[in-house]
Amino acid sequence: MTAYFNEMVNQGTVRLPYAQLQNWVDQMPADLRNLKQAEAEALFRRIGITFAVYGEGGDPDRLIPFDMFPRVFSGQEWSRLERGIKQRARALNAFLADVYDRGEIVRAGRIPAKLVYLNEAYEKAVAGIRPPKGVYSHIVGIDLVRTGPDDFFVLEDNCRTPSGVSYMLENREIMMRMFPDLFVENRIQPVEAYPELLRRTLASVAPLRCPDEPNVVILTPGHFNSAYYEHSFLADMMGVELVEGQDLFVEGDYVWMRTTEGPRRVDVIYRRLDDAFLDPLCFRPDSMLGVPGLMDVYRSGGVSICSAPGAGVADDKAVYTFVPEMVRFYLGEEPILQNVPTWQCAKDDECKYVLENLGDLVIKEVHGSGGYGMLVGPKSTKEQIEVFRHKIIEDPDNYIAQPTLALSTVPSFVEEGVAPRHVDLRPYCLVGERIELVPGGLTRVALREGSLVVNSSQGGGVKDTWVLAE
Amino acid sequence: MLSRTADNLFWLARYMERAETAARLLEVGARIAMLPNSEQGYRNEWEALLHAGGTADAFKAKYGDPVQRNIESHLFFDHENPSSVASCIVAARENGRIVRTALTTQVWDALNTAFQELRQIEREARSEQSLSRLTEWTRRHCAQVRGAIETTLLRNDGWDFLNIGYYLERADSTARLLDVKYYVLLPSVGFIGSGLDNYQWRTLLRAMSLNRAFHWAYGGEVTAAKIAHFLILNPQTPRGLITCVEELNKHLDRLARAYRRSTPAQTAARNMLARISETNTEIIFDEGLHEFLTRFIGEAGDLALKVHESYLSGDTR
Repeated sequence: MTAYFNEMVNQGTVRLPYAQLQNWVDQMPADLRNLKQAEAEALFRRIGITFAVYGEGGDPDRLIPFDMFPRVFSGQEWSRLERGIKQRARALNAFLADVYDRGEIVRAGRIPAKLVYLNEAYEKAVAGIRPPKGVYSHIVGIDLVRTGPDDFFVLEDNCRTPSGVSYMLENREIMMRMFPDLFVENRIQPVEAYPELLRRTLASVAPLRCPDEPNVVILTPGHFNSAYYEHSFLADMMGVELVEGQDLFVEGDYVWMRTTEGPRRVDVIYRRLDDAFLDPLCFRPDSMLGVPGLMDVYRSGGVSICSAPGAGVADDKAVYTFVPEMVRFYLGEEPILQNVPTWQCAKDDECKYVLENLGDLVIKEVHGSGGYGMLVGPKSTKEQIEVFRHKIIEDPDNYIAQPTLALSTVPSFVEEGVAPRHVDLRPYCLVGERIELVPGGLTRVALREGSLVVNSSQGGGVKDTWVLAE
Repeated sequence: MLSRTADNLFWLARYMERAETAARLLEVGARIAMLPNSEQGYRNEWEALLHAGGTADAFKAKYGDPVQRNIESHLFFDHENPSSVASCIVAARENGRIVRTALTTQVWDALNTAFQELRQIEREARSEQSLSRLTEWTRRHCAQVRGAIETTLLRNDGWDFLNIGYYLERADSTARLLDVKYYVLLPSVGFIGSGLDNYQWRTLLRAMSLNRAFHWAYGGEVTAAKIAHFLILNPQTPRGLITCVEELNKHLDRLARAYRRSTPAQTAARNMLARISETNTEIIFDEGLHEFLTRFIGEAGDLALKVHESYLSGDTR
């Protein structure tokens, strides 16, 4: 049995950031807790935050379980994380600017050419185009796990359109409404600046041609999308229009939106749909969600698209292995945040090791996401392991393997009372003219006992994440 | 404002108004069902009210007899009836969900609470729900949404599109109820002024929650001329045709000023107002009430089309 790092109680003593919470939880009667839990759920439902899980059917208005027990970082812990996250976001953007330009990192032999240029996420259509300020990924979501007091690992990077930030903001609002005293007793840094920072970040990468205050919009696939709540929430908080593809059209050198007063020029599009759907003339011809001709305007510098088309090549799970190398290559620094050791089945010797140790490893598809298509060796049956063995032998390039990490735990409210549950963390780093990070993020928690899978599509919940002021 | 957003607001309002109409019909239908149905005309009356909502054939095909349970199912619960309270609340809330950014928290809260409670009601046993509770519930939530719009929303173009939706729907519903009463309901002209006639007029007033208001305003005998004046020409009547047309003009004029641009919609609305202001009950009855109302319904439909073309379709240049 591996010993897990409990972020609240370590070696019998309560760690400092959690000191106040110990009293709070000790003094909370069980009936009050149930009352508050019901209150929180009613609030979420009334606000309308729900989450539909792809392919599962059932209640389209399902809630992601909210666990009221917060997760806490000291200011000191955070400042190190912050430096590491910003460093990584800088390196990822430098990599993207490079591989769509001269590809110095490939020429220097620091990353295999095949991995970059034959990657599905590499968009040949945008090679040679330099987006404003040279930024490709404007919102970088970096998934972190912790295994000890000072041991943080990056699980994966999300350079396209990381979701979940509305939960970070709403979880905080709800905690403040339900437990105002906690916020008096603890000096918790606010996260509410995020929408304003996001708007500023997006405005800062407006096209050079844009003559006045840029018109920023959020492009959503539509109200049937599972993340629609988040799209409309962000648009509302930022004070920008939420548009669908049908609201936009291309004429002349610009993109326009249809308004009740006639066409209005659009300068920056924060898109929440995949590259493939952006422009049927450039990518998937059957896409009804995008805007025909959008990419032509983009190429000629008439509109900015955030994240830039092609940004996905940096968050591929096979490219992930090379991010520490990117930090060294572009920034001349040592990476502050470490990767999880990763074996690539594409390499013969590493694949051999993986196949011999399937029972101890986590196997992931290179392009998979959302906790689907993965194998957690120690938690799987012999049959499940054999299925994956065949998959890997069939298509080794499509798989990577990582050790099962001893994910840290945070106390959580469960049926029986308070018990430790495994967590991860997704902070949202903003990259524009400047690099910004609000002190906090989304903590996801695996509410099933013993489970290491925190994805909301797999029964995970969320927690408010506190960073204390020093 | 995005044309699509304006379109969603317009329909949000129309659906809420339509839900209220359905609840009113439900109340009236129930009253009729409680009366002995051997007498000639009562059943007709109920069917006529369904004609007003445009769902009489669908009702007959699905339910047959107008007994209370069927009436409730049809006008409140039936998701296959696009004009039922349940259908309208779901549609209004979905329109609202799409344009969350154009609504205040209070308006969304009112819409979403109605929706969540509706699902709760749908889960409960039907035997536990009295009809008066269902109609009272609907009217309360319609009032809450309307109230939240009036008290918390910015008086911007979105507010105008909501109001245009409300008043177009209301004008249409009042005109249809009135038309059905006169054209469909009475077995023959000989019944005008008879006891049956008066009873039906009162039912009509009740359908619009205007029974008492009428007596306050006019007193004495219920006559066709008084009712026509009350529902068509009296600007004090909240569901009256002239009131709706005045409000439509007000909101379209506000849009024209805000956008510094007039469209065929303003012209159409002004023409409607001019015609209705210059007429009186004698002229209306000379022309024939049915003819007058048919023309009015046509004009309202035409206005809705012009609003769509001028603002909601996104083809504005």
